[in-house]
Amino acid sequence: MSDDATGSVSAERGLHGSDQSVASFDEDRGSALKSVQRFLHEYPTAIPFIVLVIGVLIFSVAAGGRFFAPFNLSLVLQQVTIIAFLGIAQTLVILTAGIDLSVGAIMVLSSIVMGRLTVTYGVPVELSFVLGLLTGLVCGLINGVLVAVIKLPPFIVTLGSWSVYGAMVIYVSHSETVRAQDIEAAGPLLQWLGHTIRLGGGAVLTYGAIAMILTALIIWYVLNRTAFGRHVYATGDDDEAARLAGINTRGVFIAVYTLAGFICAIAAWALIGRIGAASPLGNQTANLDAITAVVIGGTSLFGGRGSIVGTLFGALIVGVFRNGLALAGVDSLWQEFTVGILIILAVTIDQWIRKISA
Amino acid sequence: MGKWTILKAAVAGLAFYGAMATASHAADIVGLITKTEGNPFFVKMREGAQAKAQELGLTLQTFAGKFDGDNDSQVAAIENLISAGAKGFAIVPSDSSAIVPTIKKARDAGLLVIVLDTPLDPIDAADATFATDNFKAGELIGQWAKGTLGDKASSAKIAFLDLATNQPTVDYLRDQGFMKGFGIDVKDPKKYGDEDDARICGHEMTGGAEDGGRTAMETLLQKCPDVSVMYTINEPAAAGGYQALKAAGKDDGSVLVVSIDGGCPGVKNVAAGVIGATSQQYPLKMAAMAMEAIEKFAKTGEKPKPTPGKEFFDTGATLITDKPVNGVESIDSKKGAELCWG
Repeated sequence: MSDDATGSVSAERGLHGSDQSVASFDEDRGSALKSVQRFLHEYPTAIPFIVLVIGVLIFSVAAGGRFFAPFNLSLVLQQVTIIAFLGIAQTLVILTAGIDLSVGAIMVLSSIVMGRLTVTYGVPVELSFVLGLLTGLVCGLINGVLVAVIKLPPFIVTLGSWSVYGAMVIYVSHSETVRAQDIEAAGPLLQWLGHTIRLGGGAVLTYGAIAMILTALIIWYVLNRTAFGRHVYATGDDDEAARLAGINTRGVFIAVYTLAGFICAIAAWALIGRIGAASPLGNQTANLDAITAVVIGGTSLFGGRGSIVGTLFGALIVGVFRNGLALAGVDSLWQEFTVGILIILAVTIDQWIRKISA
Repeated sequence: MGKWTILKAAVAGLAFYGAMATASHAADIVGLITKTEGNPFFVKMREGAQAKAQELGLTLQTFAGKFDGDNDSQVAAIENLISAGAKGFAIVPSDSSAIVPTIKKARDAGLLVIVLDTPLDPIDAADATFATDNFKAGELIGQWAKGTLGDKASSAKIAFLDLATNQPTVDYLRDQGFMKGFGIDVKDPKKYGDEDDARICGHEMTGGAEDGGRTAMETLLQKCPDVSVMYTINEPAAAGGYQALKAAGKDDGSVLVVSIDGGCPGVKNVAAGVIGATSQQYPLKMAAMAMEAIEKFAKTGEKPKPTPGKEFFDTGATLITDKPVNGVESIDSKKGAELCWG
C-alpha cells in the first residue's frame, strides 16, 4: 500500500498536511506476541513440546515423587505406545488432508488374525504373523483405492471400513479372546514386543516402545528427506496444484493409506506384546485417541502441515495428563475433561498460527 | 469396470445375502433384541436363543442396537416384530426407561415380552424379567477374598478395576456387591467412589477390556505398590490387569485377583491361577429359557413367574475357584468349564 501512495505524487499533494500514518503497522503493540506467532509458525512442534514440559512440571509438584520417577515416566511411554503407533499412521493420512477412522479396527483385526491363526488353527507362528501384517496392509490398500480411485471422501470411506473391519473382527474372533497363556505356548514371537529392557534408575523400556520410536524415525525420514515425503505434504496442501506440478497424487493417496494400514498391523503386534492376549474387546476409541494425539501434536486437520515428532509429543501429553491426574487422585471423569480441553486448545493455537500465512 | 464385472458382483452380492438370511417357514416367530452385536455376552445370548429356537421349531429373528444406549434401533426392532406377528420376544434394553412405551404397545398387541439381564424401570413393565443378580455376583467374590485373606483382610489394599466413568448399573452393582461381601461400608449403594475405607487404593476405568485393564492396574500399582487385592469388573479386564502385575513382578500370588462373568477364557484363567475366583453368569441359559417361556406362552397362554422373594427370575451366579473358602459355596474350574459361555 505504501508503494502505491508514493507512486501517485499528484494525489499526494492534495492530501498535504493530513495524517500520513494510515497505512503503517503498529509496530509496538503485540510485537512480542507476533514474534511468538512467527516462531511457532516456523517451529510448530514447539507447542506440544512446551505443553509436555509444563505438564511434567505440574504433575511433578501435584503428584509428588511418584510421578517424576524414572519408572513412572517410562511407564507413561509404555502406556502411549499403541496410540502413538496409530498416531503415526494417522499423521500420514491427515497430512494429505484425509482422515482414517478405521485405524483401531485394522489393528484389532490384524492382532486377531495373528493370534487366532496361531492358537486356534495351529498355523506356524511366522506364517500367521506375516498374514497378520498383510491383513493390515490390505485393509489400508482398500481404503486407499476407495479414496484415490473411486474418489470418495476419506471420512466416508473410513467410516464405512471401520464398521466393515469391526464386523470382520467379530467374525474372525467369534467374539472370543485368544488367551495370553495360549499365545505364549503356541507362538511366543507374537509377544516379543512385550519384552523389556531395564535402564538405570528403575526405568523400563519395552521392545514395543522402541519399535514405535524406530517407526517414528523411519517415517520422519521418509516425510522429510525423500521425494515421496515432500509429495505427501504437497498433496495435502493442495492436491490439484500438486497434480498439475506432475505429482502422481493418486499414487500418493494409495501409498499413504496402505502404509497407514501396515503401521496399524505393527501396532497390532505391539498390542499383543502389551496385553499378552489377542482380544476383540477394547480399543473402541483408539481411532479417536490417535486423532487426538495428532491434533494435540500440532498437525493441521486441513492437511499439508504437521510432523511425526509432534504426534509423539501429542500422544505423550495425553499419557502424562492421564497418569499424572490419576496419581494425584483425580477422578477419571476429570481426566476425560482435561483431554477435551487440550484438544480445543491445540486447534485454537493451530488456527491462530495459520493466520500468519493468510 | 465392464458390464459383466458389475453383473457378476451383483450376483455374488445377492448370493452372499441369500446365504446370510435364515430360511423362513410358517413356524411361530420369536424375537431377540440385544444391546450391540460386538459384546461376547450378547453374542452368546444369541447363540443360546438360536439353538433353543431351532430345537423348539421356532423362527428366531434377531436384532441389535448400533451401540450401548441406542434406543431408536430397539424401538424399530419391536415395531418390526409386532408387524411380523411374532408370539413374543426377549430384549436386553439399552435404555431401561425410554423403551417402556414401545414395550407396552407390544404387550397390548398380545406379544409376551421377556426382559433379559437389565431390568426395566419400572420392572413390572415387562411380562417377566430373567436376570443375573450382579450385586450377589460381586458379593460372592468379596466374601471369597475376605475369607482367603483371613486376618490380613483388615490391612488389605484393594485396587478396583471398574467399567466406565458413567457407572452403568452392572458396574456399580458388581463393585458395591464386592465391597459388601468384603466388609466395606458402601455408603450410597448406587455409586462407587464415595467410600472412605482406607483399604481402597482407587477406582480406575477399564472399558471391560484387556488394554484398559492393563493401563488401569499399572496406574493403581504406581499409586499403591502394596496392593493385595485386585477387583475386576470382568475377566478380560482381569487378564489385562494381570499383565500389569506380571510386569511389576507381582504375579507370584501375592495379589488376589477376583472377577465376574464366567466366560470360558476366564474360567481357564482360574484354572491357570491368574484369577483366584470369578462369579459365573449364564447368558446362554437366560436366552434359552426365554425362548422356552415364549413357546409355552404361545401354546398355553401361561406366563413365567419370578423367583420367590425377588421381582425377577434369577438365572443365578456361581462362584468358581480352585481354592474354596469355608462358608462360601463354590464349584471348581473343571465344573465351571462345563458351564462356561464363550
